[in-house]
Amino acid sequence: MNQAEFLNVVMPFKDKLYRLAKRLLVSNEEAEDATQEILLKLWSKNKVMESYNNVEAFAMTMTKNFCLDRLKSKQASNLKLVHSNYGDDGVSSLQSQVEAKDSIDWVEKIMDELPEQQKMVLQLRDVEQYEYEEIEELLGMKPTAIRVALSRARKTVREKLMQKHSYGIG
Amino acid sequence: MELDKIEKLLGKYFEATTTVAEEQILREYFSNENIPAHLEQYAPMFQYFSFAKEERYTKQLPLKTKNTFYKWASVAAVAVFMIGFYFYDPNPEPVSLADQYTEEEIASAQEALALLAMNFNKGTEQLYHLEEFEKTTNKFLTKE
Repeated sequence: MNQAEFLNVVMPFKDKLYRLAKRLLVSNEEAEDATQEILLKLWSKNKVMESYNNVEAFAMTMTKNFCLDRLKSKQASNLKLVHSNYGDDGVSSLQSQVEAKDSIDWVEKIMDELPEQQKMVLQLRDVEQYEYEEIEELLGMKPTAIRVALSRARKTVREKLMQKHSYGIG
Repeated sequence: MELDKIEKLLGKYFEATTTVAEEQILREYFSNENIPAHLEQYAPMFQYFSFAKEERYTKQLPLKTKNTFYKWASVAAVAVFMIGFYFYDPNPEPVSLADQYTEEEIASAQEALALLAMNFNKGTEQLYHLEEFEKTTNKFLTKE
């Protein structure tokens, strides 16, 4: 597999890898680094890649494991994950908080607070629209566990969103 | 889209029993402008999911492969150079004729050269006459 073929295989799902990494690691830079790491690892395996029947699933699982390892090592070294994705300038917050778009940002913040497993299930299902069978394969979870996690995640988002809503946004 | 159908789908959605297609219907419904007030609270959720899917990985991948050929070619070139340098003898042993040829070959070559010299001398003997000739012309030239 040469470079062009590799890119053709990887292009369709590299954004999914990035979004999953960002969901777990939160910070843009961390997610970019993780995605690059995963893609380079894949590239180093390009000789055997043709034998994988589902490269995307394989890459997604790699990303998941990589990010969870990152998080674990951060916790172990007693470092808190710093995730300040600064906007264009530091003063944007006051202005943007008033905007209606901000309620969408709330959802992101709420999702950040979910347990990792629920985060991943919600990301894979509601953002990437994977089928349950695919999620089972990617996360190595049982179907019922996925449904429970998904239902819990969705309900948590709804509840927190309603709390924010009743307090008023901003 | 009928409202009761959406409400039913929402109920299923939070129990995680909707299909991907049904969830797509919900996302599309909540991307619209006119949502009834009692459902408006769900809108940010579905809008966010569509929004989150737009995020792209834009970094360039540093895939290095083209260089490997040159890398190995240079390694090979250096190896060849080293081997060549190792076996190169700046002062080669002088090789004598006796090493390269047998006695007989040398003898026959000497004979051939002797014959050549003999015949060559025959030719030069004839040049004596020319010398005599030259003496007389010199007389002419030195007279003046």
